Amino acid sequence: MTDLTMKAQEDTVTADQNWINICAVQDLPIDAGVAALLHADTPQETQIALFRTSDNDAVYAISNFDPFSEANVLARGILCSIGEQIAVASPVLKEHFDLVSGQCFEDDTVSIATFPVKIADGNVLVAG
Amino acid sequence: MSNKQRILVIGNGMVGHKFLEAMVNSPQYSAFDVTTFCEESRIAYDRVHLTEFFAGRSADDLSLVEPGYYEQHGIRVLLGDKAVSIDRSAKTVTSEKGEVLSYDKLVLATGSFPFVPPIPGHDRDNCFVYRTIDDLEAMQAASKNAKVGAVIGGGLLGLEAAKALVDLGLETHVIEFAPRLMAVQIDDGGGAMLRQKIQDLGVKVHLGMNTQNIGDGEQCFHKMSFADGSEIETDMLLFSAGIRPQDALARDSKLELGERGGIVVNDQCQTSDPDVYAIGECALWSGRIYGLVAPGYRMAQVACDHINAEDNAFTGADMSTKLKLMGIDVASIGDAHANTPGAKEYTYVNGTEEIYKKIVVSEDSKRLLGAVLVGDAADYGTLLQMTLNDIPLPEFPDALILPQRDGNGATGMGVDMLPDGAQICSCNDVTKGQLCQAVSDGATVLGDLMLATDAGTSCGGCKTLVGQVMNSELEKMGLEVNTDLCEHFPHTRQELYHLVRVGEIKTFQDLLAQHGKGHGCEICKPTVGSILASCWNDYVLEPEHVALQDTNDRYLGNMQKDGTYSIVPRIAAGEITPDKLIVLGEVGKKYNLYTKVTGGQRIDLFGARLEQLPEIWKVLIDAGFETGHAYGKSLRTVKSCVGSTWCRYGQNDSVALALEIEHRYKGLRSPHKIKSAVSGCTRECAEAQSKDVGIIATETGWNMYVCGNGGMRPRHADLFATDLDKETLIKYTDRFMMFYVQTADRLQRTSTWMENMEGGIDYLREVIIDDSLGICKKLEAEMAKVIDTYQCEWKTTIDDEEKMLMFRPFINSNKADSNVVFVEEREQIRPARKEERGSIN
Repeated sequence: MTDLTMKAQEDTVTADQNWINICAVQDLPIDAGVAALLHADTPQETQIALFRTSDNDAVYAISNFDPFSEANVLARGILCSIGEQIAVASPVLKEHFDLVSGQCFEDDTVSIATFPVKIADGNVLVAG
Repeated sequence: MSNKQRILVIGNGMVGHKFLEAMVNSPQYSAFDVTTFCEESRIAYDRVHLTEFFAGRSADDLSLVEPGYYEQHGIRVLLGDKAVSIDRSAKTVTSEKGEVLSYDKLVLATGSFPFVPPIPGHDRDNCFVYRTIDDLEAMQAASKNAKVGAVIGGGLLGLEAAKALVDLGLETHVIEFAPRLMAVQIDDGGGAMLRQKIQDLGVKVHLGMNTQNIGDGEQCFHKMSFADGSEIETDMLLFSAGIRPQDALARDSKLELGERGGIVVNDQCQTSDPDVYAIGECALWSGRIYGLVAPGYRMAQVACDHINAEDNAFTGADMSTKLKLMGIDVASIGDAHANTPGAKEYTYVNGTEEIYKKIVVSEDSKRLLGAVLVGDAADYGTLLQMTLNDIPLPEFPDALILPQRDGNGATGMGVDMLPDGAQICSCNDVTKGQLCQAVSDGATVLGDLMLATDAGTSCGGCKTLVGQVMNSELEKMGLEVNTDLCEHFPHTRQELYHLVRVGEIKTFQDLLAQHGKGHGCEICKPTVGSILASCWNDYVLEPEHVALQDTNDRYLGNMQKDGTYSIVPRIAAGEITPDKLIVLGEVGKKYNLYTKVTGGQRIDLFGARLEQLPEIWKVLIDAGFETGHAYGKSLRTVKSCVGSTWCRYGQNDSVALALEIEHRYKGLRSPHKIKSAVSGCTRECAEAQSKDVGIIATETGWNMYVCGNGGMRPRHADLFATDLDKETLIKYTDRFMMFYVQTADRLQRTSTWMENMEGGIDYLREVIIDDSLGICKKLEAEMAKVIDTYQCEWKTTIDDEEKMLMFRPFINSNKADSNVVFVEEREQIRPARKEERGSIN
């Protein structure tokens, strides 16, 4: 992840968000996704999808919920580079979502939540 | 009786059937009541490809009528009945079985009959004609006791018939009265070259022979005696001395006939009685009988349009032809004999490769009038279009037929020069303009274009030209004909396969670094993952491969709409013990899975969450199951019927063969899924003809069918080879599958792969059976490697603690996905619908 992206994402951490330690960076598969659970067993329980990319060794976090199939599956999609952008293709019907903005490539009116990520002491922290 | 207009057709040959199709497709079809006579015991079949009956195509394969087509469109067929008289004043037709049918419009499509010269002895046993499947069956039966066969007549049909005798394994003679072969279509030079080539194949050609008598032979059944005193002995005799219009009914009902027969018709195909039409080979238009199928089809459309009160007219037809006789290309275009006053000729003769080409040009050297091609007819499409469309000749017309060497002499005509009205496909009357329209409507690959327009779907002679029109049109539309796989690789799948093989590339990253750009996507990653697996057969979940896999391959299950997976253990050939069935039942019950029997004779267990997969597979593997690869683009299942072990009709053990084939190819990753089936007899209970590779037992071996498909666009498989022993069958299957893996596009099933292949099934036979590319040994070796390195991916996975971690629901929690909710329906689970989920949560 570039410093600028990192900065922009850190800036979006709001007052009611905390950095949540998810796992060690090395536990994440490279160029693929895994699902993680924020606020388990609370009303704020949220599923996210984490992707670690090999080209810039960055970690991205987006919602795991695919709004088209209404299933929690995005972590199981394939990572794509589309021009300079990086995206995931839903494993259900292959719609693409930008990992930085959450914007859907096929439908302007659809976007999904993204989450700030930082790496500290070899751990992945997500703001949520 | 309704007040519909009654249409009665006499004759259900190719042209008669075309007329019925044209009626069905006409806008007013519901206003008609259509009945047809079919004198033969079989409804319309493809007479043009009759020779293939001996090359293994069955009567069903030759049929032109989709099963149920006539019933579906309310067409009554009087099968095996014959019209014996027409009463034109009462407008009725009486049948042989005594039925009297009324008509408003009568269509005669009675075709022709073979002319048998009145030589003494012509009616002896073992004398045949060559027109119907019944004729062929009689020949086939007689050939069993014959060693020598002779054809009287060296015309187009006579040579086709000679091919049939060769296919039946007989020593073959062709006897022609004229001094050259195919006297109507080609000139002396072409005829001589054709004779040379045919004799190379072991057929004895006798020209200028006047047969005087057929009597008892000494070594053979017949002895033929000729005017020059010579004799030939033969066991079978085939007459192919031309056709005569079948006009007896018309004659009896006093319709106007030509002097030498044929029912006289006008430009609307009406006979001398305006309510009676005649089409095809029985019709005489402007003093001519057209003995080809394309003009007959054209007449069928004209008659149909006239009945529908639409403008159309038959204005003659081009008699140019291109055909393959015993594997030899022969073509004749326009004024092949240079009969036009002042016409000049250019000839090219290559004695080494046995090629003859001639063009006939106008006196002023501005226009092409005709051509003859023997041994190489690749220029047929270009030359025909130049002739038909009066395209100006290049400065040196001989360049059109001289070989193109050293980059010189390339004067081929671009398809851009053709007018929109130029007829590209003469069989189905498709013009360049129609092709261009279909391309701009979205038919941008050859297979789609052929399907959309019918062009190239009959004789296939125009396929190259159709492709050229398509590419030129795509270019004009600014659509570069882009065959790149995706933005990351400027290559086709076939090219990537080659790069991987030749460069011995073992990972996606290496391939991307050497031949691509960017980081890959959901198109190239699984494609390359599949190619790597086809070539090197590594475990697909190795760290360097896992990110390439689609979710199904990555988690070795079939993802369903709610994100859960279904599980399909291999049940090879559909054979399963009661104990194993019980295990499946127990697993389904314990994990509360929805259970369904699949179309491929397996059992599918639905509704397993990601984290349940390893646990369930552990139970299955302990019980002796292995993965079924239902999740992969790979061999799925080899369906079988119960075969000769139990079945009263079975010819061979289909289950044992299906087991062997399924175990041989299981795990082979391919461009798309591959399905197969084995039937123990011709009743075909395993539906093998809808599979990529279908096998049917015969009395003497196995018939192999390829490139069938069910699904979205069903396609009957083509009969590929007959009566194979098991060893040969497996050898061909190895080669076929590996050639498909090597050359198909991404997500292209074998059916579309073959349809888009230039040369189609014949080309495939040359590659697989005759080894025309010299690659068969390599294909077999590559297949052997895949077979030798098979592993059950689920067994490897559950034996590896690291891999099991992949199946955790969350990297930081073992909680199940609360969004996965089931409700009960018919005593099993199903995913809850959105509104149901809300009320449950």
